[in-house]
Amino acid sequence: MQRNSKNKLFQSSMTKEALKQSFIKLSPAKMFRNPVMFTVWMGTFVMAVVCIWIATGEQSQGSFTYNLVVTTVLFFTLLFANFAEAIAEARGKAQADSLRKTREETPAKWIQTIGEMYMDEIKIVPSSQLKKGDIFLCETGDIIPSDGEIIEGLATIDESAITGESAPVIREAGGDKSSVTGGTKVLSDKIKVVVTTEAGESFLDKMIALVEGASRQKTPNEIALTILLAGFTLVFIIVTTTLKPFGDYAQTPITISAFISLFVCLIPTTIGGLLSAIGIAGMDRALRANVITKSGKAVETAGDIDVLLLDKTGTITIGNRKATNFYPANTVDENHFIKSVVLSSMADDTPEGKSIIELAGIKPSAYPVHSPRYIKFTAETRSSGIDFENTRIRKGASDAIRKLIEKAGNSFPVDTADKVNMISSNGGTPLVVCENENVLGVIELQDIIKPGIRERFERLRKMGIKTVMVTGDNPLTAKFIADKAGVDDFIAEAKPEDKMNYIRKEQNEGRLVAMIGDGTNDAPALAQADVGVAMNSGTQAAKEAGNMVDLDNDPTKLIEVVEIGKQLLMTRGTLTTFSIANDVAKYFAIVPALFIASIPALQGLNIMKLHSPETAILSAVIFNAIIIPLLIPLALKGVAYKPIGASALLRRNLLIYGLGGVIVPFIGIKIIDILVTQFI
Amino acid sequence: MNTEIFGIILMYATVLLIAIPFGSYIGKVFNNDKTWPDMVFNPLDNLFYKLGGINPGKDMNWKQHLLALLTINIVWFIISMFVLTNMSWLPLNPDNNPSMSGDLAFNTAVSFVTNTNLQHYSGESGLSYFGQLILMLWQFISAGCGIAIAAVVFFAMKENSIDRLGNFYRLFVRSCTRILFPVALVVALLLVFNGTPMTFEGKQTITSLQGDTVQVSRGPVAAFVAIKQLGTNGGGFFGPNSAHPLENPSYVTNIIETVSIFLIPIAMIFALGYILKRQKFAWIIFGVMTIGFLLLLIPTVINELGGNPAIARMGIAQPLGSMEGKEVRFGPAASAYWSINTTVTSNGSVNAMHDSLTPLSGMNALLGMMVNCFYGGVGVGFLNFYIFIILAVFISGLMVGRTPEFLGKKIEAREMKIAMIIALLHPLLILAGTAIASHIYANDPKTYAGWLNNPGYHGFSEMLYEFTSSSANNGSGFEGLGDNTPFWNIACGIVMLLARYLPIIGPVAIAGSLASKKYIPESAGTLKTDTVTFGILVFAVIAIVAALSFFPALALGPIAEYFSLY
Repeated sequence: MQRNSKNKLFQSSMTKEALKQSFIKLSPAKMFRNPVMFTVWMGTFVMAVVCIWIATGEQSQGSFTYNLVVTTVLFFTLLFANFAEAIAEARGKAQADSLRKTREETPAKWIQTIGEMYMDEIKIVPSSQLKKGDIFLCETGDIIPSDGEIIEGLATIDESAITGESAPVIREAGGDKSSVTGGTKVLSDKIKVVVTTEAGESFLDKMIALVEGASRQKTPNEIALTILLAGFTLVFIIVTTTLKPFGDYAQTPITISAFISLFVCLIPTTIGGLLSAIGIAGMDRALRANVITKSGKAVETAGDIDVLLLDKTGTITIGNRKATNFYPANTVDENHFIKSVVLSSMADDTPEGKSIIELAGIKPSAYPVHSPRYIKFTAETRSSGIDFENTRIRKGASDAIRKLIEKAGNSFPVDTADKVNMISSNGGTPLVVCENENVLGVIELQDIIKPGIRERFERLRKMGIKTVMVTGDNPLTAKFIADKAGVDDFIAEAKPEDKMNYIRKEQNEGRLVAMIGDGTNDAPALAQADVGVAMNSGTQAAKEAGNMVDLDNDPTKLIEVVEIGKQLLMTRGTLTTFSIANDVAKYFAIVPALFIASIPALQGLNIMKLHSPETAILSAVIFNAIIIPLLIPLALKGVAYKPIGASALLRRNLLIYGLGGVIVPFIGIKIIDILVTQFI
Repeated sequence: MNTEIFGIILMYATVLLIAIPFGSYIGKVFNNDKTWPDMVFNPLDNLFYKLGGINPGKDMNWKQHLLALLTINIVWFIISMFVLTNMSWLPLNPDNNPSMSGDLAFNTAVSFVTNTNLQHYSGESGLSYFGQLILMLWQFISAGCGIAIAAVVFFAMKENSIDRLGNFYRLFVRSCTRILFPVALVVALLLVFNGTPMTFEGKQTITSLQGDTVQVSRGPVAAFVAIKQLGTNGGGFFGPNSAHPLENPSYVTNIIETVSIFLIPIAMIFALGYILKRQKFAWIIFGVMTIGFLLLLIPTVINELGGNPAIARMGIAQPLGSMEGKEVRFGPAASAYWSINTTVTSNGSVNAMHDSLTPLSGMNALLGMMVNCFYGGVGVGFLNFYIFIILAVFISGLMVGRTPEFLGKKIEAREMKIAMIIALLHPLLILAGTAIASHIYANDPKTYAGWLNNPGYHGFSEMLYEFTSSSANNGSGFEGLGDNTPFWNIACGIVMLLARYLPIIGPVAIAGSLASKKYIPESAGTLKTDTVTFGILVFAVIAIVAALSFFPALALGPIAEYFSLY
């Protein structure tokens, strides 16, 4: 639903709110945050005083009307800058509100606890009363009242309110898909959920606070840029202040309005006025891409990423691997092999495990076993299985099983090893099954690479980002898929600490690393990475560890985030360049105007042939004011990023915003001068 | 081809032919690589290390480097103050010249310490030979310090340099003994062979053809002039500097002296390429500087060859161009070439009177000093350029959507803060200084009438020039300004001190801070700094900063004069 409003930049309701805010933001306490615009504020104030002074009979400062017009234009410069910030905030807020609406007061079926005991008694409470650690029940048709984690049951859930995706998803207890989001709707079945966040502390709440400015902090780049802008402002303070004695020497009286006009025109008001709007718009664009960021810095850092770690499953390949073939070892009976395979997968609730049973075509209940003990998959053993009576069946990666049987003194059959290699080199994943440390055979799992993924990696490469595929597969399989998908590097047979080590290694060499993860296993790596994007469907631990949450659960979303980050920096850079380049034309308008009366020779500098000193100064300040609203759409949308290499990009932006910034104001000021002349 | 133009091309080509290989030699000297003069200089340097109690192998961090530089400067400053205020009774004073007054001695000592050599005195009457020798020593020390501190920044720009930035005393000694001294010896000998005096005897009495007797000042001129040119010092032995017939007797000595101005500033760029092993980067820097230099030079030469319209209106033909204030033996082209050479490099020696340049040439001379990094002073020219590189890297980094990084080091708020302060300093000193002078003069033109022989636009240019020259540590003067007064001596002294040390401390602090950061390897997204595009951006930053800071001041001075004259 929020996607429909994506293309419309100004909605009337937002505009109205933004207009109101533009006035509220005139308070000096708020203006003080932005040094460039604060100096404009002071200039406007001085001009207002000058207007009153003239009204009381002062003769030396020019006509009252002229001074009033200058004051008004300066006032509008302030309003325009405030409007830019306000409209960016309004857009961000509207976006956040549409998300928040979904989680307004919903009744929650709270399961009361007495001590450690859960009672079956259910009490209906408003969602705002749920505390962290509370447990609630959701049944078919219920709206989930709060973010949480399923502790019991399985349900199909409609998450379209958050993600805009209409296909329902399945969430179930245990595993990495146990997380539910407040505001989504249970379509079938029944789940028990434990609340994981206090009311008002969810990521969305944090994001809304960021957009609304309450907790918005300046990012490091923004601080450095503010220093640059403050530096330029100081240069122009020096230039205009020293002009007074210079004027005295040349016996040229300069009016206060001329001083202030020159100063306001020269200081980088264009970028100064749009700076915070650009930052907010960056976070807003992230939100529109359905990514919740925990800080503005995270978005910026995303633009600097050098290395991107991607899980193979679900990112590079479609969903999960499926079992496609059973290869029993030479000496093993096929039926026995299939039976063992089914038994070993009985308790395996991963999609791979389910696909194995599907391929076998036999329900596990066909093989009743006594007192089974299920061995869960762990990242350390990288195998799972079942123990019953005197039988131990294990299923796992070939090297893990090889270790197991060699430890028991048995040998790994040659024909099975051949099969393993064959499957691997075709991009499949071999799963070796053994019974009592004797190899029974191999299961082939196959991956399907997502269409279009190669092109996306190509785009990343052009941005200068190295892609690394992380997979539990053996190196042969990994290489096959890596080549087919076009990633630059891969980590095969990855254990959780491998990811961590890889990130550390790259970081030690000075690179910035981003990764996407969902499982609790991923949490340390997500925290270590410079940009960690957690899936919304992932576990709470993962979401806490990362600095962004992707509501769409789309692992390729990082590509968009990187572009948003780059756009953010580029918009700032190009508008700064534009703002400073504008000064050349403004000088040619104002400097001759200041001195022409006493030094007629300086008419030679009036290359725009502006009508009179007054119209020249007015045209320059008017241009300076209206360029701000004209650039608001660009500030909100961001400068388009094209992966054409840094030097080509610099050339392009330098030509458009640098050279353009020199030329445009010459034309603009001339046109305004012609218009202003009509009114005299 | 016009022989005057040919002369210019010859001088520039000669500089390049020598400077490029000489740059590699400088690089080797700093890297401690083997060079052929080692057998002579190794024992000599070791003697200095031993005498000074220096351990030349001990690496310093950037703060220790600055401390060493300041120590050397302070000690010698005190000694010079003593000598200048007591020369009258000290030895080597055959002409019995008097000691300096306190404020003049302060101005003179500061101006030589800071490599400015703004001379509010005339050497032939204001200094004893001992005073001249002390100042000559300073021409080595200040140049040597500049070259050595630039080397520190070069080292800091290397990958993984961290705190291994060499030993300042060692760099300083090597700059003096292996770079400045041998070349100065060669230049001085060439000058002696061409008629420049070199003696410790006092004034000579000669009888002219008309039978009058003339007292001719002389002294150890050749040695003084050689280092004055090579170290971008510019302080002349005689008042009129290299326009004086004994300081610069012929067109041949003029070629030698002009080549000496540019030799080390250009060679330093190639030394950078050698030390960083980034020749292309060095060529881009050289390209930016050269384009800036040519943009100032070409209009100046055209203007000077074109003559003065005010004289043309009097019906006087000017076949040679504008000859006011110029020496007939050099002509307007070679004089225009010198005037831009000396202002872009912070040298400040002159072979013609800048006060008499046509208005736009005067503006170009001013611009050369306002930018102060188109080649720039020995060592320090690159430090000024470095600040502009940092600003350009920052803007370009943002423009390509990446946190700005320079040679693999991230530029953050701290570096920007220092870079902005240093970029601000030069306009602040020039404009504030000129503003104070304008204010004083405008309030009471009668009392201060002695300051300005030409009130009006030209008088404004004279005051602007004096502060620009001080702040650029250039030292040349738009003569015509009555500048030996306590106000000008002290104001210019303060400006010179601030404009010398802060722009050294700033870049060294940035380079030191960058050196200690983690090195980020290059990727396809990294903006390369050795491309023409980046060169254009650096040039644009330099041009915009200069134009925005100085346009109103220039409009009231040379530009107003131009439009009223033409």
